[in-house]
Amino acid sequence: MNILVCISNVPDTTSKINFKNNDTEFDSNGVQYIINPNDEFGLTRAIWFQQKNNAEVTVLTVGDQTCEAILRKCLAIGANKAIRIDAIPKDGFFVASQISEICKINSYDLIICGRESIDYNGAMVGGILSTIINYSYVANCIGLSIENKKATLEREIDGGKEVLISELPIIIGSQKGLVEETDLIIPNMRGIMQARQKTLEVIPAYNHNNLTYTNKFSKPQPKKEVKLVDSGDVNELIDLLQNEAKVL
Amino acid sequence: MSVIVYIESEDNKIKKASLEAVSYAKKISESLKKDLIAVSFNLTDFSILNNYGVDKIYNISSHKLKVFEVNSYSNNLFDLLTKLKAEIVVITSSLNSRYLGPILASKLDAAYMSNVVSLPTSYSPISVKRSCFTNKAFNETSTKKSTVVLSLSSNSYGLNEIKSNLESEEIKSIESNSNLKVDSLEKLTNKVTIADADIVVSGGRGLKGPENWHLIEDLAKVLGAATACSKPVSDMGWRPHSEHVGQTGKPVASNLYIAVGISGAIQHLAGINSSKVKVVINNDPEAPFFKSADYGIVGDAFEVVPKLIEGLKAIK
Repeated sequence: MNILVCISNVPDTTSKINFKNNDTEFDSNGVQYIINPNDEFGLTRAIWFQQKNNAEVTVLTVGDQTCEAILRKCLAIGANKAIRIDAIPKDGFFVASQISEICKINSYDLIICGRESIDYNGAMVGGILSTIINYSYVANCIGLSIENKKATLEREIDGGKEVLISELPIIIGSQKGLVEETDLIIPNMRGIMQARQKTLEVIPAYNHNNLTYTNKFSKPQPKKEVKLVDSGDVNELIDLLQNEAKVL
Repeated sequence: MSVIVYIESEDNKIKKASLEAVSYAKKISESLKKDLIAVSFNLTDFSILNNYGVDKIYNISSHKLKVFEVNSYSNNLFDLLTKLKAEIVVITSSLNSRYLGPILASKLDAAYMSNVVSLPTSYSPISVKRSCFTNKAFNETSTKKSTVVLSLSSNSYGLNEIKSNLESEEIKSIESNSNLKVDSLEKLTNKVTIADADIVVSGGRGLKGPENWHLIEDLAKVLGAATACSKPVSDMGWRPHSEHVGQTGKPVASNLYIAVGISGAIQHLAGINSSKVKVVINNDPEAPFFKSADYGIVGDAFEVVPKLIEGLKAIK
């Protein structure tokens, strides 16, 4: 079984979000980058299939050279090889189009994209990719087992979950629940050493367009100071919620 | 060229988020001086759409489309929307719509924009404001395409009633093969979901254990609210992942968010940023949550919450 895990290079969840060049660009100054958490849940499940069923796991990112650190981390976690498409991601459609080229060269039984990246929150790469390469896509995937080329998938729905059955190949949007937080693999020294020997292939960008572009970023208005109510007087809080905030 | 809104319903009842999408799309159709067209699956009672300005609804009926399945739904919508020459398509930000959106847009050769929080600031090119960095920032995005699918963030526009003369037309579904088969559905009945809730009551580690969750549930019950929790609580297995609110969990965009015993890690705050009014109950006056809340009580949840429940019962 061949598995492709698409990885986004995103600012750490605790990062301060700032912009530069007249608010047209994200300011990465002092920002620590990590594997997009939703992608890491997917990668962890892929490594499980590697250990159990001998699957070959390739990680892929679309980005410049600065993304290689997280690809090396994916290799240290256990991925067999890494591919970087040397292009600055412009929008979800652009990224999906780039990834689709790799999927045309190699045939994958399972393609994993995170539910969404925690930077631009587009939640669209997996879905768009699925129509380009004509695979089915299962978003918000919280369970996946594969037997004889047949996948049983769980998808989170509002207020519950559903179970889907599909033949491979398939694309999933991974998120927490597919594996637990405690299942995440912290690379050990051996993994880190091995990662240095593994292939990290760099492929020049394919000629594709983006459909959308960002004009300007902005930040939410600073909040007013909190109104504190004495713990002995909850009725004052109820009164404020009813008559001032008007939400009750 | 037309303005289309996709209506989601459950048991023949139109979702509130869809009425918000209708209100939003109506404003767009007015700006463009076009009719507002709605599309739905297996709906029989359209009457409420008369109060929100829908001019025409096309309803696709088929017992095969009883349950949402992304391939057959997107193929049917693609077929209909192509005939209607869709220009702007508005969908909600429910999990099903966010699943459908990019696939439908891709089939329509349209641009897709998620997390939309404003009306278009321009129609040529189409430009909207969207939230990003899990609600820590916004970006104004434009598209080069003339057709666009917009997923409206829930509770970002509100409802706007306006009378119309609704016409309806039944559409035959098209045959669509999909290798995805929905095997079973598991839904919590009689419980408000986080996505649909006006009020969300959320608990953190301060509650000390799952055995104390009746406090959260009782408070939610008296408010008709959904229940949620912080990341550590779901990681420790006190509550299911589906209740985890924050950057790697669910976003909450309710009118009122009440956090009990949650300190307010930056990832949690990001997830609830688009809620309108935030109330914090925490015994630690230094908890970071107080900095981003509207109202707060510094006190012991085990004393404050029961009093709050009593007080709310008295006014209901």
